[in-house]
Amino acid sequence: MTATPEARVPWDRWDAPAEDWMLSGECPIGTERTLLLELAARILFPTVLVFSLYLLLVGHYGPGGGFSGGLVAGLAFVLRHIAGGRSEGPEIGARVKVRPPVLVGLGLGIAVVTALVPAAFGAPVLSSAKFAFDVPLLGHIEIVTSLALDVGVYLLIVGVVLDLLRSLGSGIERDAREAAAANAGEAA
Amino acid sequence: MLLALVVAHLALACALPAVAARSTRAAFGLAAVPPAVTLAWALAMTPQVLGGRAVTQSVAWAPALHLYLDVRLDALALVMIVLVSGLGAVILVYSAFYFGRRSADASRTSALLVFFAGAMLGLVVADDLLTLYVFWELTSIASFLLVGQSGLHRANRRAAVQALLVTVFGGLSMLLGFVLVGESAGTYRIAEIVAAPPTGGAVTAGIVLILLGALTKSAQAPFHPWLPAAMAAPTPVSGYLHAASMVKAGVFLVARLSPAFAACAEWWLPLVVLGLATMLAGGWRALGATDLKRLLAFGTVSQLGFLMVLFAVGGRLAAVAGAALLLAHGLFKATLFLVVGTVDKVTGTRECGSLSGLGRAMPGLAAASVLAAAPGAGTPPLLGFVAKEAAFEAFLLEDGARGWIVLAGLVVGSIFTVAYSARFLWGAFATKPGIELSVPRRASPGLTVPLWITSLAGLVLGLIAPLVAPLIEAYGDGLPSRDAEEAGYHLALWHGWNLALALSGVALLGGLLLHAGRRRVEALTRALHHPVTAQRGYELVVSGLERVAVLVTGRLQAGSLPFYLAAVLLMVLALPGVGLVMGWAWPSDAPVVHQWMQIPLGIVVVAAALALVRAHRRFTAVLLVGAVGYGIGGLFIVDGAPDLALAQFLVETLAVVAFVFVLRRLPAHFTERRRPRRSVQVRKGVLASVAGITVALFGLVLSGARTAPATASDEFVRLAPEAGATNVISAILVDFRALDTVGEITVLLVAAAGTASLVLATRYDRRRKGRVTRSGSGTPEHEKEVLG
Repeated sequence: MTATPEARVPWDRWDAPAEDWMLSGECPIGTERTLLLELAARILFPTVLVFSLYLLLVGHYGPGGGFSGGLVAGLAFVLRHIAGGRSEGPEIGARVKVRPPVLVGLGLGIAVVTALVPAAFGAPVLSSAKFAFDVPLLGHIEIVTSLALDVGVYLLIVGVVLDLLRSLGSGIERDAREAAAANAGEAA
Repeated sequence: MLLALVVAHLALACALPAVAARSTRAAFGLAAVPPAVTLAWALAMTPQVLGGRAVTQSVAWAPALHLYLDVRLDALALVMIVLVSGLGAVILVYSAFYFGRRSADASRTSALLVFFAGAMLGLVVADDLLTLYVFWELTSIASFLLVGQSGLHRANRRAAVQALLVTVFGGLSMLLGFVLVGESAGTYRIAEIVAAPPTGGAVTAGIVLILLGALTKSAQAPFHPWLPAAMAAPTPVSGYLHAASMVKAGVFLVARLSPAFAACAEWWLPLVVLGLATMLAGGWRALGATDLKRLLAFGTVSQLGFLMVLFAVGGRLAAVAGAALLLAHGLFKATLFLVVGTVDKVTGTRECGSLSGLGRAMPGLAAASVLAAAPGAGTPPLLGFVAKEAAFEAFLLEDGARGWIVLAGLVVGSIFTVAYSARFLWGAFATKPGIELSVPRRASPGLTVPLWITSLAGLVLGLIAPLVAPLIEAYGDGLPSRDAEEAGYHLALWHGWNLALALSGVALLGGLLLHAGRRRVEALTRALHHPVTAQRGYELVVSGLERVAVLVTGRLQAGSLPFYLAAVLLMVLALPGVGLVMGWAWPSDAPVVHQWMQIPLGIVVVAAALALVRAHRRFTAVLLVGAVGYGIGGLFIVDGAPDLALAQFLVETLAVVAFVFVLRRLPAHFTERRRPRRSVQVRKGVLASVAGITVALFGLVLSGARTAPATASDEFVRLAPEAGATNVISAILVDFRALDTVGEITVLLVAAAGTASLVLATRYDRRRKGRVTRSGSGTPEHEKEVLG
């Protein structure tokens, strides 16, 4: 269904979609599908992800932050899962396969490293510094090191939601399917 | 320098496994270097220390918490370093030859031994109670790992666990005692506490707790059985940890604190009583032992009791005798353990009943053993004799009821000591009729040279007693003397014809007589072997704890969700609920409504909550829970908290989705067949309503409980731009209260891992090298194991 990461894409086919625009004909779950929801999920998914990044970055100046951003990104994956998720569990796109626990650990790792780095410079743990510089076209930009902590929170929350989809979503689905198969086997 | 030496030990321990992979001998040889360097350095410092200027060093650990790593090299620490580092170096060299070139245990043992040497060094030089505690527990852990070895053998595992449980139990109560004493004294520095001992009820409790630590670590009755059990460890380990150094830690602690507390009856009385009991019981049990190593272990227990008594009373002469005996015992007991190791290595057994004629076959080894066993027995001209003389003299001079009772105990104990020393020599080397002559393999020099070093050291130190006396007496000089005679006593081989010499003679003769009648004594030890032993007591305590744990778990983990919920709610009512009633304060400025939008939102929330209670279908209930959540999110917006509202909406959405996922596997209705009984429903309803109302009241009352204006909030608002955020909520989350955030996301991680583990518990899906392993309910091996 999808191109494996190892497969070479000929140069003239680079713009071909990496995965199917919608689910293929055979549906793995055997339940009814709603075309409308699938299409809406396809269109909304990238937009919501971008919005979640916006929330992450805008957190310092308005409502948002790593927690809200992470939840919005997580809900994007939830939407995709409901619209016809793979039975094996959610994946972040077809190209990048990251297992949810890895994402969770990565998030906490980033947060803890952010917390400890100031100690290496002699500052108290978890203190933050501000860097300001001018970028052509974008103008004056200020970056606070505590943004890294927010990024850690963001990744961890996304990971937690994906893990939820993996365990409560696909996990339960598989249990149900296997139980049904076992029942059918017994009946036969 | 001192701390650097400790760190060098620990650092080398990390590197040793890599060396041991190449050559185990090189690993042990390398491991002997830091202890040897430490010994040389400490001896070089002797003139300075004896001059009254202790070497001190202090490193700030966490100054805000008043935690410092304080170390101090004084006379007592020097004596202990001779044991810890000197014997450590010798035993590590011996281990190089004891463990085979391809021994699988050598890598781990070498690293652990040098780690232990470092921890023990830290312990003896520590001048801060908490520093001492840290090293104390490190030695317990090292002992656990060394006794447990590879963990393949049941005896090792049991002995290791027993040693760990007993010593860590003592260690933890000792920590409590340290805190009580340290807080009463206002300092954790040992030197300062000794200079100005605190008093009071808390200190008394602290002393008792500290004693518990010292008694367990030094294997005093009734905690002693862990020591003979720990003989499951390899012999060099037993000789080092469980004879020469680690078990001396408790005695050392008593010696350290005796100058401060020896005047308190709650300090010396338990120590003297238990010490004497241990000395007698250990000596008696040694007379019945047939395994040479076990015999030595009971001998060690007995001598530790002797040392306890000497250090507990806190007089100058008793302390001098104690320091001398500490040194003498370490030297001779380590030697005897090495002898047992060599005997075991060359004959393959260490049972008295299987060894015969070894004295003829290995005269060198036998001579070294005699040289080592004699000081234990108190034979001149060895260091042990000098020490025992001083000990008798100390209690003769005391001339009170306590002095005479202790003296009687010590003489009987010494008789046992002589008897079991003789028994050891007889058991290992005598030619016994009716037993096949042992044919030993040739022992490599590596297995005999080290034990000659230690046994000769005992002899030389005895001969030059007046020369080493200043070092040993320096510790005792810090303690009060009863009279001029005690103050003027010096360690020497010859003090003239006096009562102490007569008592030494009595002990020697009595012991030899006891050995002559060994058949009858052995029969008597067997006849007197009471079923109620300390070992049985330990087993009863442990199994009792397990039974209580099963009982409590069985009662509390009933497997019923309503039960768990009821337990949680009842606790909320019982603890914070009572506090709520006690500190009742109705907020004076709590308007019922201050925005008109709150009225419809409030109605929605209340209506949804009421409907929720009446819902029969789970799906309806989930949707109503969502409605309550969204309504509350709306209230947040009305009150001007967009950040909070955003998070509330998102979490609520996710929660509803998660509920729906789970609902697929649950029945559609809450109750499947018949309605539950009315009384049960009423009870549940009452509990739920009371708990809900209490939580609501919490919110109201707590908002009125403020006693001062909220200064922190203003500070947050003022400082937010400095933290690089105009959104003060964000500034609080990632800057002012960032530690909370890190803590909270950790909780999230644990929750996610827990959920996944529960739901996927029966799964075994693992991608390894691109291959997906999949099965219904676990690995094939696991399934086989479960199904039998």
